[in-house]
Formats: sequence, C-alpha cells, structure tokens
Amino acid sequence: MGEIRFMKGNEALAEAAIRAGMQGYFGYPITPQSEVIEYLAAEEPNHDYTLIQAESEVASINMVYGGAAAGARVMTTTSSPGYSLMQEGVSYIACAELPCVVANIARGGPGLGTIQAGQGDYFQAVKGGGHGDYRQIVLAPNSVQEMVDHTILAFELADKYRTPVLILSDGAIGQMMEKVELPDPIPYKPNKPWATTGKTHDRERNYITSLYIQSDDMERKNISLQKKFRKIEEKEVRFEEYMIEDAELIITAYGVTSRTSKKIVDLAREAGIKLGLHRPITLWPFPSERIIELASDDKVKAFFSIEMSAGQMVEDVKLAVNGRKPTFFYGRTGGIIPTPEEVIDFIQKKAGEL
Amino acid sequence: MLNEMIFAGFGGQGVLSMGKLLAYAAMKEGREVSWMPSYGPEMRGGTANCMVNVSDKPISSPIVTMYDVVIALNQPSLDKFEPKVKKGGILIWESSTIKDGPKRDDIRVFAIPAVDKANKELKNVQVMNMLILGALVKVNDIVKKESLIVALKETLPERHHKLIPLNEKAIALGMTLV
Repeated sequence: MGEIRFMKGNEALAEAAIRAGMQGYFGYPITPQSEVIEYLAAEEPNHDYTLIQAESEVASINMVYGGAAAGARVMTTTSSPGYSLMQEGVSYIACAELPCVVANIARGGPGLGTIQAGQGDYFQAVKGGGHGDYRQIVLAPNSVQEMVDHTILAFELADKYRTPVLILSDGAIGQMMEKVELPDPIPYKPNKPWATTGKTHDRERNYITSLYIQSDDMERKNISLQKKFRKIEEKEVRFEEYMIEDAELIITAYGVTSRTSKKIVDLAREAGIKLGLHRPITLWPFPSERIIELASDDKVKAFFSIEMSAGQMVEDVKLAVNGRKPTFFYGRTGGIIPTPEEVIDFIQKKAGEL
Repeated sequence: MLNEMIFAGFGGQGVLSMGKLLAYAAMKEGREVSWMPSYGPEMRGGTANCMVNVSDKPISSPIVTMYDVVIALNQPSLDKFEPKVKKGGILIWESSTIKDGPKRDDIRVFAIPAVDKANKELKNVQVMNMLILGALVKVNDIVKKESLIVALKETLPERHHKLIPLNEKAIALGMTLV
C-alpha cells in the first residue's frame, strides 16, 4: 500500500505530477487552482523539476510547448479564464504532436465569472477550444484520489499518443480534502527520439512545427492527426457506472456532480425509483458506444444529464441517444452545485410525464 | 454510520481548521472522510464554513444540504444552518457571543460559552474552537479525544507544537461543558 495522506485535490494533483516524473512546470496563479503552483514551488528544492511562474497563461502554455519539444515531461495548470488564454498554444501543441498535461480546475463563467466551481468549460474542453481540427484527451476526476490517478494517467497517455491531455476538474474537487493513497515515484525514463535535444552526427535533425504552408502538406498532417484521434477513440474510452443493471432512468454526470449524483441514486432507490448513474471518465473520447447500448435497452426509459452548466454534456448524450429515448437536462450555473433534493424532484416530475 | 457535519462561523475563529482536525482524526481511526471548505470572498471577519463527512463506507457526495451536526460560532451561521439540522440531529452554538439562540425543539441543542471560558480559564480566546470540538466529541463520539491529539501532532507544523498542551486542555475543558 502506498503512502496515505489527507490532501486537497489541487495538492494531490501537484504531488502526483512530481511522482510521475514531471520535469517542468510553468504556471500562473488563479483561484481555485493556486494551490498547485504553491505546492510545487514549496517542493521544488527537494526535486529535480524546473518551475517557472510565468507572466501570463499565454506564456505558460508556450513554455510548455518548448519544454515538450525538448522531450521533457511538462505540465501547466490553470482555471477557466486562464485556460481560455491558452487555447492558441494548445492548438499548436496538438498540431506539433507534443505530449503535455494541462489541468483546468474550472470555475463558473462566462467572463471573469465566479471563483466557485463550474462545468461550463465542457464545450471548450471536448470540442476544440483552440482553432483547427484537433482533439485532446480529456479526463474528468471526481475525487481527490482520482486527481492523483488521472494525473499519472495523463502523463502516460500524453507520451503514448504525443498529444496534449487535459484534466478537466473543478473548484470543488480542487479545494476539498479527502484521504489519498499516493503511489511510489515512477522511475521515468524518457524515450523520445523525436525531441529537439541537439543534432547528433548519426541522425537527421529533428524538426518540430505546426506550420504547414503547402495545402497538400497540411492535409496530410490533418489525415494523420485524424487517424490518431480515431485510434484514441477506439482504445481510450473510460467510464464508471453505478446501479445501472436494472436502471430505468439514467443520470449522466461527470466530475463533482457525478459524486452528488451517486447520492441522488441512493436516495431515489430508497424511494423505489430505479435510477442509475453513467459517469464518463474520459469526456473525449466520449463513451458514446456505451450510451447507445443503454439507450437501446428496452427497460431504459429516459436519460438525465446533471451538470453545473446551462447544458453542455447533454448535447453529447443526445447525439449518442439519437432520439431513442427522451433526454432531459438539469443544471445550475454560477458555481452552484445542484442539490440531491432538487434533482430528484426534477427527475420525478419528468418521469411522471413520460 | 455516516456523519454529515458543517462547521460555520467568522473567518479567523478556526472553523476550517477544527473541521480539518476532526476529519484527520477520523481518517486516523480508519474511517472515510471528506472536507469541503467554502472558499472565495471569505476573509477575517467574514463568514466561513466547511462541510465534513465521516463514514464507515466510501463517501458518495462531499456536498451536503441537511446535517447530522451543525456547529455555529456566529449569529449569521446559526440563523442560516439551524433549519438545516436533520430531525434529532445535533446543534452546538457559541452562547457567549451569539445573542439570539436557536428555537427548534426537535433537535439536540448544546449552548457552549466557549469564548468566555477560553478567555477566563485558559487566557487564550484562540483555542475557543478546541473547546467546541471537545464538546462535540463528548456528545457524539465521532472520534476519540486521543485521536484529536494525534491529529494535532501530525498536522501542526513543528514550530507550533508548544501549543499542543493548551489545545489539549481546551478540548478537555470543552468536554466538561456538556
């Protein structure tokens, strides 16, 4: 068993990055994420990584770009407005096919918004965010333990596919404390023959770019990127389910609302309602196949997407359900987490109308 | 057994740290715990709170709306959270500074004059939160008193360890007030 600690989500993410062999961290403080850079700055003297508090999020993501090109395990973390500033860089990194980890400890928006937790960045995370045809793997932890597990997984997936991996968490998971089990530090040996580490006499120079002036070249790049994205869609879908076997009504929820939804399922079951939970762990690739399977099941009557947004993931649920079953949405914004009571009322009302 | 609790009061009264200490002590006893602070525009003098769950089973939702235990250390917190105590639940309130006490008779109410007692008997008002915590573990044996002491030792930075005996005294004094 690993070391047990009582930690905040943000601190756990930072500690996990250290144990995953992170070599460079570039970030800019923003609530509710600042504990990550605080923790990493305090721990820096005891480890080998480089930490720079950049002058802005634009600078952070471009430092990540440079570090990744040089073959280092690199990360940046931020919260919603800061993540918006990074979009140009994320698009460049995706096109240049470089591995990196970005965490967005999301807060409520739009605009400067509120510093309370939010899930309004779903579209930005899974539909692009930056310009051009790219995708990134998006992991959505729902506990402090998963902040650890997903950070380590994110570094591995980033290296495996040479792609940015986004951890889309929220202020609630980032700020809360839970018991965590930390793994032993992972002996990380970079194997990146493509990295720009200085040309040696026995190989051609390595060249990293996201600029393809010629249309043919750009299209070839796009085709190869799309091939990679299809492979990720095939191999990396992750989800978790709760009380789904006999469920007639199904909640879809991710992140902190998947935690409250577990409680909603328990309360509904006590009241004799056959409610279950489907929780996407990877928001991209989205578990569409599984939702198609559930929607095709005769006993399933309806879907309910519960979010801290005005209705974002519900669009992907609807795409998968594709009219087979009614799909409803309940959400709160402004950093307000839907309470079990109001969600159960909503589900009962809608189920009654079916 | 699931204990859903909220600790609420002014920023600076130690509501976040007492919740954290209790959660840590419960974790040391092998229980599942979660601690969720209100964060944001709170500051010294503003209101702050933290939700603490202690359970024998994995905790589904760290966010709770009705509580087994409410600790209210100022008037706004008492007004806000008294209606949120589950029937038969526990409400502990700081009775030397809060003017309008609780009204409900379907819950277990404990008035603790923690500020007065800390000032008069311990000459240190800052350990007021530990008195309250002592009262809590007396009326609801969520954790053993010894576990709180272990938690203090393991969570306080070394330079504050000289304050542990005072905190221990405060917990013991709190236990006598219920």
